[in-house]
Amino acid sequence: MTQAEIPTQAVVVPATPPPHHPEKWKWYDYFTFNIDHKVIGIQYLVTSFIFYLVGGLMAMAMRLELATPASDFLSPDLYNAFLTNHGTIMIFLWIVPASIGGFGNFLVPLMIGARDMAFPKLNALAFWVTVPAGMLIVGSFFFGGAQAGWTSYPPLSVVTANTAQSMWILAIVLAGTSSILGSLNFIVTIWKMRVPSMAWDQMPLFCWAMMATSILALVSTPVLAAGLTLLLFDINFGTSFFNPANGGDVVMYQHLFWFYSHPAVYLMILPIFGIMSEVIPVHARKPIFGYKAIAYSSLTICLVGLFVWVHHMFTSGTPPWMRIFFTISTLIVAVPTGVKIFSWVATMWGGKIRYTSAMLFAVGLLAMFVFGGLSGVTLGTAAFDLHVHDTYYVVGHFHYVLFGGSVFGLYAGLYHWYPKITGRMLNESLGKAHFILTFIGTNLTFLPMHQLGLQGMPRRVAMYDPQFQTLNQLCTFGSIVLGLSLLPFLANAIWSWSQGPKAEDNPWNAKTFEWTTASPPIIENWEVLPVLTEGPYAYGEESAEETEAVNT
Amino acid sequence: MSTVAVSVYWCSDLTQCPFPDAGYASMKQIPAPLLTLTIGIAVTFVSFWYGQNHGLLPEQASEQSVLVDELFNSMVVMGTALFLLVEGAILYCMVQFRQRKGDETDGPPIEGNLPLEAFWTAIPTILVIGLGLYSFQVFQDIGGITPGHVAHDHGTMIAQSAEAPLPESSAEPEGTLVAENGVFGLGAPLENEDTLADLQVDVTGMQYAWIFTYPQDNIIDGELHVPVGADVQLNISAKDVIHSFWVPQFRLKQDAIPGKKTALRFIASKEGSYPVVCAELCGGYHGSMRTQVIVHSPEDYQAWYDQRVAQVPVNETIAKAPADLSAEEYLSPYGEEMGVNADLIANLSLK
Amino acid sequence: MQGTIESNSDLPTPAVEASGDVAHHEEHPDLRVLGLITFLCSEGLMFVGFFTVFLVYRAAAAAWPPEETEVELLLPAINTVILVSSSFVIHLGDTAVKKGDVAGLRKWYIVTALMGAVFLAGQAYEYMTLGYGLSTNLFSNCFYLTTGFHGLHVFIGLLLILGVLWRSRREGHYGPHHHIGVEMAEIYWHFVDVIWIVLFTLIYLLSIF
Repeated sequence: MTQAEIPTQAVVVPATPPPHHPEKWKWYDYFTFNIDHKVIGIQYLVTSFIFYLVGGLMAMAMRLELATPASDFLSPDLYNAFLTNHGTIMIFLWIVPASIGGFGNFLVPLMIGARDMAFPKLNALAFWVTVPAGMLIVGSFFFGGAQAGWTSYPPLSVVTANTAQSMWILAIVLAGTSSILGSLNFIVTIWKMRVPSMAWDQMPLFCWAMMATSILALVSTPVLAAGLTLLLFDINFGTSFFNPANGGDVVMYQHLFWFYSHPAVYLMILPIFGIMSEVIPVHARKPIFGYKAIAYSSLTICLVGLFVWVHHMFTSGTPPWMRIFFTISTLIVAVPTGVKIFSWVATMWGGKIRYTSAMLFAVGLLAMFVFGGLSGVTLGTAAFDLHVHDTYYVVGHFHYVLFGGSVFGLYAGLYHWYPKITGRMLNESLGKAHFILTFIGTNLTFLPMHQLGLQGMPRRVAMYDPQFQTLNQLCTFGSIVLGLSLLPFLANAIWSWSQGPKAEDNPWNAKTFEWTTASPPIIENWEVLPVLTEGPYAYGEESAEETEAVNT
Repeated sequence: MSTVAVSVYWCSDLTQCPFPDAGYASMKQIPAPLLTLTIGIAVTFVSFWYGQNHGLLPEQASEQSVLVDELFNSMVVMGTALFLLVEGAILYCMVQFRQRKGDETDGPPIEGNLPLEAFWTAIPTILVIGLGLYSFQVFQDIGGITPGHVAHDHGTMIAQSAEAPLPESSAEPEGTLVAENGVFGLGAPLENEDTLADLQVDVTGMQYAWIFTYPQDNIIDGELHVPVGADVQLNISAKDVIHSFWVPQFRLKQDAIPGKKTALRFIASKEGSYPVVCAELCGGYHGSMRTQVIVHSPEDYQAWYDQRVAQVPVNETIAKAPADLSAEEYLSPYGEEMGVNADLIANLSLK
Repeated sequence: MQGTIESNSDLPTPAVEASGDVAHHEEHPDLRVLGLITFLCSEGLMFVGFFTVFLVYRAAAAAWPPEETEVELLLPAINTVILVSSSFVIHLGDTAVKKGDVAGLRKWYIVTALMGAVFLAGQAYEYMTLGYGLSTNLFSNCFYLTTGFHGLHVFIGLLLILGVLWRSRREGHYGPHHHIGVEMAEIYWHFVDVIWIVLFTLIYLLSIF
């Protein structure tokens, strides 16, 4: 049935006249409550990148402290405030908003042939809620900063820096609210607003990833909200939810916290996996290998990932049956991730790989994530985890998957979609320099950490056994390389935005819908919505040239 | 030619290769299966070697550490093999399938290969199941199934030198074995689950120190002393915030949780002094919350113990009403003056 | 004319598109109810978190509720009847607007608002006469937190109903084919009701056993 006939009973929003907006947004529009998903996406990307730099500076301060075994650079409380907020900022104000709010918002409507998200005003609200969240975190430092780790376990979090900790809790609740509002937007948009010619199994894999991510966020975030609410009450209103003296249970907090925070790591990697599935086929000029497996593995990770959280609590107040059950579930969740990695390698196999900066970062992600994933499997076994829990082995593991995984993936996405977002091309030589420095820096910083943990160095310490100094200095040196690696990127991104060569509609010759419109897209995305005539990864087809002409 | 899609690219005869200009000329001399076999053998050897020789772990000072290390080494073997294969494949792709100059065509339109995908789903699943079963066995053997606080009226036997017979009267009377519910951590290995520990020590974590109490004689120390070969149970608690008791050389860790009872159980296998590290953020000086566990020979342990027993009323006395002390507890400080040692008193005292 | 180009669901022939002004904002189904339902799933899970904490602590406690902090049963039971009935009442309002009876909508929604206000007043009275406060003991912590958050959601639901009433004053704003706000307020109100039923069962009824 065409929408030209309006059925009398259906609930339909009547067609409205073209909205009153300028032909193009001006620079100041990007600082306002703007409901264009592309503006919101850029707002998320830029804001989160700024927080990345703030969190990165905290990390640099920590690494400088750790260059010597004694606690001689920062006061112990400030060190703990940095370690707490480094983690918090990187998770809640960098990776999650950049991948979901940034790339998700910019790309999803374009990829499915929609003019915007299902709820554009809600979308803008979700972004603006993250701004006070960030301000609360920064402001908390005037009160000493939260110091109980990003995990903020009671009783420590109830007895340390109460004002700062309360501000921290409010910040997370705001960030979580943003997450929930964004998730419901993505679920409804992807479910209901795909162009009619696009069936579920013709949707770009990035959209599958966003769907799985959004369901996961929707289900897990409210439980964190509950736990943090209880913590806030304990700190400020005299309750004893986590006070053993009055019958409370500190392990209860850990369950509530990790029920969200384990899925949180999937929130931070699933959209990135989606980016991988978009970047690799384009730059290897081959269809994605195993579309269905990758799509379903995202949903599997979403489901199984809800039942592994106790692997963060193997040394805590957890009974034997729980430790065993969650060892098994954690080992199972490794399988769908492995499937993706093999599929991406198979996608590259036999292709015609171009070493664009986007592709370099994508391949770098593959290399790093394999290692991070393998160390994760070891951590999943309770018997071995008893040795390495809460040590630098864990720090090494999660930085491989979060930096080597998520951050590399974000960079791959930035290089790949920068032309579409800004209408300019990034400089490839600077991109390659950025990649080389980042790859070297990441490995130098985080590889030695595994050995440190195995040998006996716990995490979250400013002072350590002097026997570990050499390895720590290596890590510190690596972190300086990482800090320097930002320079070519920042120079490139900032300069190219206004001075880079103008980008065509489809500089990579890709097949997903976002490339069928201008770079950057007009505000309504297209004059006329596109119709799907071939799959999103139909490379190597003889008819490719023909249908491309029709689509544009 | 096998049915696996990837080996289609390994053409031994270029005239049959569907992609003749893909630069396989250098490969046409070596049959693909032979090359694959060689790589497989090399990867296996390297993985097994590295798994046994990675040198990443500190020395083993407990019987439990041997089991944990074997588990870790197996995982390193598997991980190394997977790492070499996957990274090798990535490197191969980067070199072999890079865009050649002037070639603007796409790669072949291959979208999947069901047998291959089933294969690389099944293999990790099997590996993961195997690993799960093996790690469960280790978990059982280090006492993960049966944490339990086995309570007694008057403390436990202390490891003696081999010659001294165990005094009969300090054998446990029937019915005083109490396995408490709600204890978290490690206990005796499953097969010995009812075995009493040779030595029990109460461990309390507080900001920022560990306090070790030997309940039988009320010895309090800032370091943990144990005899080598003794089956030791630590009853762990926390006074303020969560701490975590970790001895890297034992490979064992258990959180000290306010409001909860937790326990560790180990048999130290090597004399020496090993760090005790707090492994849960407990405040600004978390990194300084360290002490040592000193594993003595049985004789040295006994000497240390006796010396500490003698010190009790003078130094770290805990005020206790005489009525609360058992007969032997009450008499033991005076025993030294009379030249009577602790277990003689135990034998003599009325139960 | 091809008002929209989403009409071609059969491929592979490429569509010949006609452009037009209307193309800039095509009709699409109103997805706001779906969005609200999705949001309420999430909000419900927050309450599940609170209920779980309540149940775990109840299982571990010697006496629950403890002697000093018993629950009232009569007033909350009456409140339950009021709240559950109000769900039926609000539905009458939705039925009315679907038939075009805006006066009926207003009548039933006013009654619902009153019932909601009575519920909140009853809750406030209960708080004032219980004799114990938020920080008395672990049970009271759970009690006040859970009923308090629920009460907050009732209050928000009340505001939504008042919002509908306010908007209904404008002639023609709500009609048989455009009453999304009415529906959303109703769905939200049902959500608040369901949460209360679970809460009443766990906190009040279970205390009898």
